[in-house]
Amino acid sequence: MSLSTMPTTSETSEARATEPERPTTLRRLGSSFAMFRNPKSITGLVILGVFALVAILGDLIAPYGPLEKDFSALKQPPSAQHWLGTTHLGEDVFSQIIYGTRGVLVVGLVAGVLATFTAVVIGVAAGYLSGWRSESLSALTNVFLVIPGLPLIIIVASQYDDPSIVLISAVIAVTGWAWGARVLRAQTMSLRNRDFVQAAKANGERLWRIIAVEMLPNLTAIIASSFVGTVTAAVLGLTTLAFIGVIPITNLNWGTILFWAQQNGAFPDFWWWYVPAGLCIAILGTALSLVNFGIDEYVNPRLRSAGERARAMRKKGLSTASGVTAVRIAGKDGDDAAGTGRASSAGADGEGAARP
Amino acid sequence: MTTLDFRNVTKRYRVRGSGDMLALDDVSFTLTSGQTIALVGQSGSGKSTIAKILTQLERATSGEVLLDGEPIPHRGPGLRRYRQRVRMVFQDPFASLNPYHTIRHHLERPLRLDKVVPADEVEDEVRALLTRVRLDPDATIDRRPHELSGGQRQRVAIARALASRPELLIADEPVSMLDVSIRLGVLNLLADLQRESNLGVLYITHDLATARHFSDEIMVLHHGVVVERGPADDVILRAQHEYTRALRGASPDPDKHFADPSGRAVTRS
Repeated sequence: MSLSTMPTTSETSEARATEPERPTTLRRLGSSFAMFRNPKSITGLVILGVFALVAILGDLIAPYGPLEKDFSALKQPPSAQHWLGTTHLGEDVFSQIIYGTRGVLVVGLVAGVLATFTAVVIGVAAGYLSGWRSESLSALTNVFLVIPGLPLIIIVASQYDDPSIVLISAVIAVTGWAWGARVLRAQTMSLRNRDFVQAAKANGERLWRIIAVEMLPNLTAIIASSFVGTVTAAVLGLTTLAFIGVIPITNLNWGTILFWAQQNGAFPDFWWWYVPAGLCIAILGTALSLVNFGIDEYVNPRLRSAGERARAMRKKGLSTASGVTAVRIAGKDGDDAAGTGRASSAGADGEGAARP
Repeated sequence: MTTLDFRNVTKRYRVRGSGDMLALDDVSFTLTSGQTIALVGQSGSGKSTIAKILTQLERATSGEVLLDGEPIPHRGPGLRRYRQRVRMVFQDPFASLNPYHTIRHHLERPLRLDKVVPADEVEDEVRALLTRVRLDPDATIDRRPHELSGGQRQRVAIARALASRPELLIADEPVSMLDVSIRLGVLNLLADLQRESNLGVLYITHDLATARHFSDEIMVLHHGVVVERGPADDVILRAQHEYTRALRGASPDPDKHFADPSGRAVTRS
């Protein structure tokens, strides 16, 4: 960085040039995750983190192998040896749950990524283009929107003897991208005619840059919410498929546990066999929904500004209930110099901007 | 000396179901560097359509736009070159800056796109631009638009338009979205910048008073037709067309303005 033209001495200009770098990158990163900075999202993310840890460290946590049989303990209720009891073959239910987490999360994640990617490409393109191209992409989205997901998955999955995890994810993604694409299309259409996009166009920016750099960052909250939504759908889809036996039992997940429990007459007496798996599905679904509620709060400007204002006031040590209008005082730190010139020093044009 | 010729331009919008809407009907004018033309008219009179055609966000239905005698290329490097020479300041500084990006980004992009300065001088140039529009570079460069006031944002937008060192500037109602108290500051800034770099400015507005003060020539647009044009004072003082007179009647009277007994400046509601 050459600062030769700066009128200040080299030392101060060095400090000036380097100092804003770090807070800026941090602030930039921070504001990209602003949608997760609320109690609901944080709760959801913490629960998801626990599940992710379990999935990653499954081999270390699980006391037994998932299919390790102990014929001396069949259909045993929870005990010190088997925390969540055993199955009809003496397999440890706790270990199965732990190993099953991996299958659920991997399929959820892969399906979520695939579906969100498709949704972004098709949705943003449909929103940005106009005329027949937009119409046909929109029609395609509508077709996938009305295709009943589960029957399609059953048909496709039953074509294969041993479908891989990626194939299962792909099929779930195919039926799950349309909703996100629809929402993104609408939002892109509204962004397309905003002045800042027009300004970028008038500056001669290339199309892909306008979409990737000017528009996509403004869509992150919607993309994130669409991702979380498809992950939820994928998890539920996968466990449903496993439960009804469409996915082979070699693919171990919570749904498979329910399948075996149902096959072997676990309902309703052997509760330790099926309740944990059901609870896990419910808790994971709740966590994902909490993240989505948090994003919703962020996207909805009304909820958002109320929350942000309250947080900002709490930071300054003011109570939201006291009804005091917060006035920032300029000069306290460099942070205030630009934004509040008006409040402190009314310049000649009443604006305080003229401080070269 | 740069000359922009807007020659017999007509623009029709196709409205679904109800035929065509004639936005501009055979409009012609010439803008040269160093000159300010005010384009006055009410909402829907076609002012912004002219701005859009000049920035090539829209194409004229018929007629042509010539820059130094050359028609504007519709695409490719020629169009980019044209856009580098003719820039626009948008009306609403709250909408024309991307809320996600910093001020640095907004000013860097045109510099990099048009390779105005070598890459290692971009930072200095951004700071110089901010200084030019009377903003403190240190206090603004890493901020985002929402952290600035309306007037500051519009200054950033003006800096962005100046970044590519244009010869002509289109200012589409640059102060109509700003507080009355800071309008004059922004307009004076525009006038100063125009003198400094000998810009040709097309000042689009619906405010006859500022049009008279800041421009050499006034064109009055009514329903897509130029109904009156001429030197600023002539148009205001000796308005020929009925519509211009109506416009003038809607403006505040300077004499009444300063004779206010309370001594405070009275502003139009």
